Amino acid sequence: MQLGRVTGTIVSTINHPTYDGRRLLMCDLLDSEGVDTGGYLICVDTVGAGSGETVLILDEGNGARQVVGDPNGPIRAVVVGIVDELLIEGETVELE
Amino acid sequence: MQLAEVTGTLVATVKYEGLEGVRLLVVQPLDRDRRPHGDMIIAADAVDMAGPGELVYIVASREAALAMPEPFVPVDHAIVGIVDQVAR
Repeated sequence: MQLGRVTGTIVSTINHPTYDGRRLLMCDLLDSEGVDTGGYLICVDTVGAGSGETVLILDEGNGARQVVGDPNGPIRAVVVGIVDELLIEGETVELE
Repeated sequence: MQLAEVTGTLVATVKYEGLEGVRLLVVQPLDRDRRPHGDMIIAADAVDMAGPGELVYIVASREAALAMPEPFVPVDHAIVGIVDQVAR
């Protein structure tokens, strides 16, 4: 799983039926110091995350399908948590 | 999943079974600021409505084949939505 920061949402009217009614989040990817790596992922929200929040991202299809409850859904990246605190070697990493 | 811009179409008459009728589009993956990022990709159009010039989102790997009507097809990238807006 990876750390990300929500930067916005994707609005899409025409989509695969699996995506109907699901929130799509634009998430910048962060490294172990909470610093932006330059990468991003479009993720399906499962926890109600909002802009600016640091989140836990799963980018693996089997787990993603299990989380959204659709065994055949074409979804790979999902936000599965909102990060409150990150400790590395005993030090709190500043998020935000 | 990633943003991409549809840049072209591809026609292949001879295809592996299961790919008949599948629309194949040329897409350019984009970074978060919608600048081209990486090489172009041929993606199957799972929404059957995407066309050149449109901003779409694509899914890669096994999940791409799952987006198709027949999920046991040799497809590794699929367009699963057309982007109306990216709200910040």
